[in-house]
Amino acid sequence: MRLKIALKTLTLLLFFTNFISFAQEHHAEGENTTDKRTEIKEYIQHHLQDSYDFGLFSYETEAGEQKHVGFPLPVILWDSGLKVFSSSKFHHGEEVAEVDGNFYKVHHGKIYKVDGPEGEIVLDEEHHAANDKPLDFSITKNVFTVIIVGLLILLLFSSMAKSYKKSSMPTGAGRFLEPIVLYVRDEIAIPNIGKKHYKRYMSYLLTIFFFIWIINLLGLTPLGVNVTNNIAVTFALALLTYLITTFTANKNYWGHIFWMPGVPWPMKIILAPIELLGTFIKPFSLLIRLYANITAGHIVLMSIIGLMFIFKNWIGSSLSFGLAFVLSLLELLVAALQAYIFTMLSALYFGSAVEEHHDDH
Amino acid sequence: MEKLIEDFSLGLFVWQLVLFVGLVLLLRKFAWKPILGAVEKREESIQGALDSAEQAKKEMENLQADNQRLLHEAKMEREAMLKDARDLKNKMIEDAKGEAQDQANKIIEQAQATIESEKKAAISELKAQVAGLSIEIAEKVVREELSNKDKQEKLVDTMLGEAKLN
Repeated sequence: MRLKIALKTLTLLLFFTNFISFAQEHHAEGENTTDKRTEIKEYIQHHLQDSYDFGLFSYETEAGEQKHVGFPLPVILWDSGLKVFSSSKFHHGEEVAEVDGNFYKVHHGKIYKVDGPEGEIVLDEEHHAANDKPLDFSITKNVFTVIIVGLLILLLFSSMAKSYKKSSMPTGAGRFLEPIVLYVRDEIAIPNIGKKHYKRYMSYLLTIFFFIWIINLLGLTPLGVNVTNNIAVTFALALLTYLITTFTANKNYWGHIFWMPGVPWPMKIILAPIELLGTFIKPFSLLIRLYANITAGHIVLMSIIGLMFIFKNWIGSSLSFGLAFVLSLLELLVAALQAYIFTMLSALYFGSAVEEHHDDH
Repeated sequence: MEKLIEDFSLGLFVWQLVLFVGLVLLLRKFAWKPILGAVEKREESIQGALDSAEQAKKEMENLQADNQRLLHEAKMEREAMLKDARDLKNKMIEDAKGEAQDQANKIIEQAQATIESEKKAAISELKAQVAGLSIEIAEKVVREELSNKDKQEKLVDTMLGEAKLN
């Protein structure tokens, strides 16, 4: 727990110092570096956003043309009928895609409907796009990554499961994974849920642990995928924790929420809405924690890498390189730590949902 | 906060929910159940092996204690037997000694009795011989005495006198 707090403070500190240094330099230097800074800032923003194609990297040719290296992904829209087309039609968001007589354009990472081939996004006073938004179920970069990670986990663990058929000791990757599986069981599930009920939750806890961990680790690779910093992803995971807690809860759990035993009755009435709100806040804190930690980590890491291009001298650049290296190591820890915390707190909520009645309060 | 809500992508949310639930279900069937089952089975078998080893150790200890007890008993028995034998031997010697003593005493007694009777016989024989000899001598003496008349009368007188005195 103390480690977690320390890490968070450190991350926050780095985050703020970064911002401050950015702000200070902004006033001091000229126009040229400001361009560079805006470019880096936009690049980070872009990295944090989901996208419709899997871009590995992009570069500028000598002719000043922007080249993107990657592959397109399928776009699936529901706009009075199912529309499926390749994201290559957008040309990295630069062009309008025409599908079955409808025209679509990408604006700030979202697909909007436009009037014609030359149609433009109409902005309202608050600079929000006023165009219609079709229902978007595209296989975006994040969805694609989720599928890949899912397949990877499935492959890894089903092969591990198969190895048990030959001998009672695991072979290959199982040797490394089995202690982690046992750790989740013995240190997370059993102490928090109890020996009687923990088996019902093991599938979920193990899956969520390995899913978050692996996807966080993948976020640290130069592939530039970044799944757990999407609030939609963490929201989906936290929602599942909430639903499982709510639907497996016993009488004792609800009793503690609506009619807290052991307090005078006026307090019971006051406590009921607070406790009820608590049941939502707990999973909400899960989704914010994961989202914020990973996002902050990515922003800080990318900002420090970006500093190398701003300093453009060997002291500053090598300093930011060292800092980026140390921070990468920290992020490696955070990747596992966030998976652990999410699993741990989920187990804690499940444990409170199935806790047996005690007379000692 | 507003930016967060605006950034919220419904498509990504639905995909994540569906894919993750699918992943949990698939993993439960193909990975977690077999893995946890196998691990549990292994743990049970290890526990069983440990328990049976403990059991065997205990049995071994019992057996050893039994052996010790048996050995002790056997030793005691042997000692008792040896003691008995020794006692018997002593008794036999004692008995034999006593019997021999008795026998010897008896023999000595018999010998003494025989000696006594022989002695008596010898004495009586001696007496008889002495009596014979005395009678002979007396006969001779009497014959001599009775060869003259005076002497015969004198004798009768003496004899009579003696008889009266008696």
